[in-house]
Amino acid sequence: MEQYILIFRHQDGSKVASPEQMQVWMKQTMDWIGGIAAQNKFVQGNGLPFDEARVVGHGGVVTNGPFGDVKETLGGYVIVRAASVDEAVEFAKGSPVLQGEGNTVEVRRIASGDGVH
Amino acid sequence: MYMDQSALIPHLFRTEFGRITSVLARRFGIAHIAVAEDIAGETFLAAMETWPYKGIPDNPTGWLYTVAANKAKNYLARDNNFQKKIAPDLKRGEATSHGHDIDLSSGNIKDSQLRMLFAVCHPAIPQEAQIGMALRVLCGLGIEEIAHALLSNKETINKRLHRAKEKLREEGIAIDLPPVAEIEERLDTVLTTLYLLFNEGYYSETHDEMIREELCREAIRLATLLTDNAQTDVPAVNALLALMCFHASRFAARRDSEGEMVLYADQDERLWDRQLIARGVEYMNKASQGDRLTRYHVEAGIAYWHTIKEDRPEKWENILQLYNVLLQLQYSPIAALNRTYALAKARNKQDAIAEAEKLQLVNNPYYYTLLGELYTGIDNGKAKDNLTRALALAATHTDRHTIERKLSALDQ
Repeated sequence: MEQYILIFRHQDGSKVASPEQMQVWMKQTMDWIGGIAAQNKFVQGNGLPFDEARVVGHGGVVTNGPFGDVKETLGGYVIVRAASVDEAVEFAKGSPVLQGEGNTVEVRRIASGDGVH
Repeated sequence: MYMDQSALIPHLFRTEFGRITSVLARRFGIAHIAVAEDIAGETFLAAMETWPYKGIPDNPTGWLYTVAANKAKNYLARDNNFQKKIAPDLKRGEATSHGHDIDLSSGNIKDSQLRMLFAVCHPAIPQEAQIGMALRVLCGLGIEEIAHALLSNKETINKRLHRAKEKLREEGIAIDLPPVAEIEERLDTVLTTLYLLFNEGYYSETHDEMIREELCREAIRLATLLTDNAQTDVPAVNALLALMCFHASRFAARRDSEGEMVLYADQDERLWDRQLIARGVEYMNKASQGDRLTRYHVEAGIAYWHTIKEDRPEKWENILQLYNVLLQLQYSPIAALNRTYALAKARNKQDAIAEAEKLQLVNNPYYYTLLGELYTGIDNGKAKDNLTRALALAATHTDRHTIERKLSALDQ
């Protein structure tokens, strides 16, 4: 069993959702994660709030948030256990993040300290 | 309270054996815990020999304490090994200032039992031995009773307790509260043991309802030792107590007149103990502080919603969300199955079937029971297949009975 990180990419992180939208979205996210955890495949996960975000560039140049040049921003991640990347992809397909047009979930295997990576 | 003589001594044994043992063991040091148990045992022997002839004393508990204290003092004074073995273990100052005084005041009893709870739940002791030690030293259960309660045998329990005592001595574990910096971590072990002790009573397969209730009551009593002390009266302890109270409130409703298990959905809620539920709510309020969410908080929340019989949609939505959180904190197959059941109740059976099929708990009878229940009314053929598989895997009489009832309901 490998670990995969599912990285949520939001096309426009500066969009502000209404509290009602947030609540619906939270519930959907909890159901989605609960379903993964019920299969004992959930490792951990977290949201990455857009406030207090900084980007540190070459030469130590610090800018506020990643919202300047790049449109795409990270909104959070979930780490799952999966037998294959295909299984991890199936988990990713259930993410409520994908309801937002242009949003994506990137699936990456986590190097397991096997000496190769 | 009048109690006839034959019932009084066993009753006192249950309440006082642990108190006397804890006080004496704290006084002698953990290495001499067996001596403390012996003296407590001899004290009751003396009561059994004396009371039938001289009558029950006006203050039986006081009588026991006086006899135990005298026996302890005699032991300390008489034992040749005392100077060599026990004296160096006594805390410096205590021996000289108190001499051979044995303090069996209610304050010192509580204090000693709390410290003993931390000692027997030391991480150096295996979990199952911790439960056995707590039942023996703190709850006064006999070896046979412990074996019966834990579905084991006397030899195994004896060995387990013997090794645990050796370990306590080898490691030089103090009968004391851990240092402040370690208290949270050590408390986690204590809470796990109390949680398991309670579950042993609540879910155990033994049909002996007396011993089951007794285990649950003792778990609650030991947990209140923790809430009675400011240092250990933390939210997680209150959450665990809330959980225990909510569950225990259903004891009277769980068995019918023939002693058969009554499932939650069929229980007469008028038999639920409202006082215990109210106590649970109080603990729950005290638990809602701080920033640490434990599994006990979440499980207490789930148990709370179960104290409301009415099937409101918000009830199952809340239970579903709590299981979503619980599974992230701590996976267990039963939590996964219960979550899926809550999903069916909060949303619909189709969604729940899709999620259930992913669980693949193929050796678990409850998995097929759940699938059978979800398919009932949607695809009765599949419902029957699943229930038949569940029946083949079911290990207990109660489970088989429940599944057979569901199967015969399908045929009608």
